[in-house]
Amino acid sequence: MSNVSLDANDSSVAESQPQDNNRRRFLTVATSVVGGVGVVGVAIPFIGSWNPSVKARAAGADVEADISKIEPGQLIRVVWRSKPVWIARRTPELIESLSKIDDLLKDPNSEEDQQPEFARNPYRSLKEEYLVLVGICTHLGCSPQHLKDGAFEEYVEGVPEGFHCPCHGSKFDMAGRVFNNVPAPLNLVVPPYMYVDDNTILIGSEEGAA
Amino acid sequence: MFKNLMEWIEYRLPIMRVANMHAVQYPAPRNMNFWYVFGFLATIVLVNQIVTGIWLTMSFEPSAERAFASVEFIMRDVEYGWILRYMHSTGASAFFIVVYLHMFRGMIYGSYQKPRELLWLFGMFIYLALMAEAFMGYVLPWGQMSYWGAQVIVSLFSAIPVIGPDLVVWIQGDYVISGATLNRFFALHVIALPLVIVILVFLHIVALHEVGSNNPDGTDVKRKKGSLSEDEKTKFKIHEYYTSKYDIIDDIVPFFPHIVLKDLVAFSLFLIAFCYVMFFNPGMGGYFLEHPNFEIANGLKTPEHIFPVWYFTPFYAILKAVPHKLGGVICMFAAIVALALLPWIDRGRVKSWRYRCGLHTWNLIIFAGVFIFLGYLGGTPQEAWKIIASQILTIMYFGFFFLLWIYSKNEKTKPVPARITG
Amino acid sequence: MKKLILVLAFLLPNAVFAAGGGAHLDTANYDLTDKASLQSGAMLFQNYCLGCHQMQYQRYQRAFEDLDVPVELGQANLQFTGEKPGEFIKNGMPADSAAKWFGAPPPDLTLVARVRGADWLYTYLRTFYVDESRPFGVNNLVFPEVGMPHVLQELQGVPSKTTEAHMVDGEMVERYVGIKSDGSGVLSPEEYDTAVLDLVNYLVYTGEPSRLESESIGRWVIVFLLVFFVLIYLLKKEYWRDVH
Repeated sequence: MSNVSLDANDSSVAESQPQDNNRRRFLTVATSVVGGVGVVGVAIPFIGSWNPSVKARAAGADVEADISKIEPGQLIRVVWRSKPVWIARRTPELIESLSKIDDLLKDPNSEEDQQPEFARNPYRSLKEEYLVLVGICTHLGCSPQHLKDGAFEEYVEGVPEGFHCPCHGSKFDMAGRVFNNVPAPLNLVVPPYMYVDDNTILIGSEEGAA
Repeated sequence: MFKNLMEWIEYRLPIMRVANMHAVQYPAPRNMNFWYVFGFLATIVLVNQIVTGIWLTMSFEPSAERAFASVEFIMRDVEYGWILRYMHSTGASAFFIVVYLHMFRGMIYGSYQKPRELLWLFGMFIYLALMAEAFMGYVLPWGQMSYWGAQVIVSLFSAIPVIGPDLVVWIQGDYVISGATLNRFFALHVIALPLVIVILVFLHIVALHEVGSNNPDGTDVKRKKGSLSEDEKTKFKIHEYYTSKYDIIDDIVPFFPHIVLKDLVAFSLFLIAFCYVMFFNPGMGGYFLEHPNFEIANGLKTPEHIFPVWYFTPFYAILKAVPHKLGGVICMFAAIVALALLPWIDRGRVKSWRYRCGLHTWNLIIFAGVFIFLGYLGGTPQEAWKIIASQILTIMYFGFFFLLWIYSKNEKTKPVPARITG
Repeated sequence: MKKLILVLAFLLPNAVFAAGGGAHLDTANYDLTDKASLQSGAMLFQNYCLGCHQMQYQRYQRAFEDLDVPVELGQANLQFTGEKPGEFIKNGMPADSAAKWFGAPPPDLTLVARVRGADWLYTYLRTFYVDESRPFGVNNLVFPEVGMPHVLQELQGVPSKTTEAHMVDGEMVERYVGIKSDGSGVLSPEEYDTAVLDLVNYLVYTGEPSRLESESIGRWVIVFLLVFFVLIYLLKKEYWRDVH
């Protein structure tokens, strides 16, 4: 062993000639702080580059949908930001039935923030006839199926029409509201949208927000 | 609590021991001047290349159809993509600048001499791997220079007798440079060669720390055990790995904080230059990013002048100087092999040019000039006088090694000081 | 050692200058901060170039944003094809038939300023001259045997090489003095130069849309690094005081 006593595990910095003074401490702190700012600055482009590119944002631009051809009771799908968006034209009977199943739902009054402010109503839509929803289950991201003409009764007795998720069995009514006792925690998302005219919906922007 | 955790880990993984041995308590001669910062800078640039490279692969598409467009996608559509790309492209040139200076440092202070021969060889392997890495990386943007540069360099292999032409087709994976070539170069550029380089750098540093750092005087700071009095020994805390085998003279500083701080000063100056180029002149007048490379690769149209990027041009000039295909290729590789053999070509015992003969100093300076001038000749359009000039300079290039071999045998040297000066 | 640095310092700039050469080029004093010039350049590009040349890496929207053109205005005045501002500046010309018409497909112009340089473009667009031996009836001083018609003739008028008679050693010698328009163009020679400069400015912009942002970030980075340098230098001196 050498005559200099050394502990290999000693983590203290080699300060065999300690000249500790305020100047040294101040400079060390100042340099470390400025260096830290530099490291944060360098990180910005690396983190920023993971945001959606201009290409992705161009592909995710607002989408116009023509709703003049939708029959009552029919549902069409459009693609917005690569996600399915449903536009359903609800029959008067269906609209009336929506308020009668509140007991079966987790969030019948849309208290959770799953929709733009304008859709915080029993129909979760701007005009009660047309329902606009992002067709992605709030559980784990599958796209639920639209079951109608009594097909939905298999899952919820007395409710003839709704959405059923094939992945884990979550169920939603025709306002996109989630039923009790299913894995999905929240109502389906209503995207921002607006009526350009009576026959056209613009998905992606809200009135006044543009 | 924290101390206990550290001890628990240290017992199982020697983090602090290795850190102390190779960084904190590593003895470094105190007279290491500015020439000694380029190894540190090269490491920094290597990290920069790896990190920005990883980020670039996230958006780059390695196919003949999409490569060029995807580089423009990075430059325009990816948020701050242009910063990442310019960091990488400027880093490539910066890498060679610091590596050339690092190598020249080794030459003027004799850092390749015994006992650092292996250290020098590992350095040369790093240099070779780096050249392959840079060449393949330059193919990826799939511009005109990417394509035709690759065409010329790959064609070098066709000079090999018998198997040459088949070998070229095999390397290309097609009858010309093609998407298949691009894809395999991409794989080598992003995975294989970086891995090789990192391993070689590790070995380079391990070899360095085993024999210790040289210095501008060439005076060894590690003395025979028991040869120094307590007064002559360093007062700094040095790792027992070194002190148990040697007496360390009082001419050293610990790597941390002294050398690290010095390296950081150089680092901040380097960064100023680097960022100036990167933000204000990333093309560097066509030297860092060649103009024709902003045009998509076209296998039917050769650009008017084809040059490799500046860091290859000295060797390219040697290639062009020899009026024989195979001969040119052999000379070009011999130019690199000669450098690798320096530890055995130089038969001198004195390391630093400070204490060697005047001829040696001039030989080194002229060699540096020859190298730069060859670079100029290899990177500018061909003219009649340049052929003669590059032939003379090629002879001068090899003349450096020949002269060194001759005069180093019985060289008239000055006495090397027993203690480090300045 | 110092000598070596001097040698390096002398050799490098020489190498840079020596790389030039070729025909004489006029300097294009373009200004990327001049939005009006860029807008005028964009307009010229859309009207005169886009017929044959594309900018397949440049999006309309990016150009609108960088040139301070409101999207609606831009779409109405600059975007003749397509519906969405996020699209690339392309024409409908299929590359195959373009190659048939012109011998080679007209090159994409997004990056042309980075390939050729602003000065080359500025000179090129101002040095077309009448040459009946060429398929399109024109040739070019910096691009001999050019395969492109003089599309800006409507603006410049018909340009021709002019010579003047000079007395040299008692003999009359015709000496080339420049290219002159016959005055049939919409623009005066000065206006034409400005228009070309605007177009070149725009092409420089599309070659590297991040240029101005790069320089504004770069200035702050350099200032920051200078501060860091001063601090780290003082700290280094502080620690090395023990040694020297």
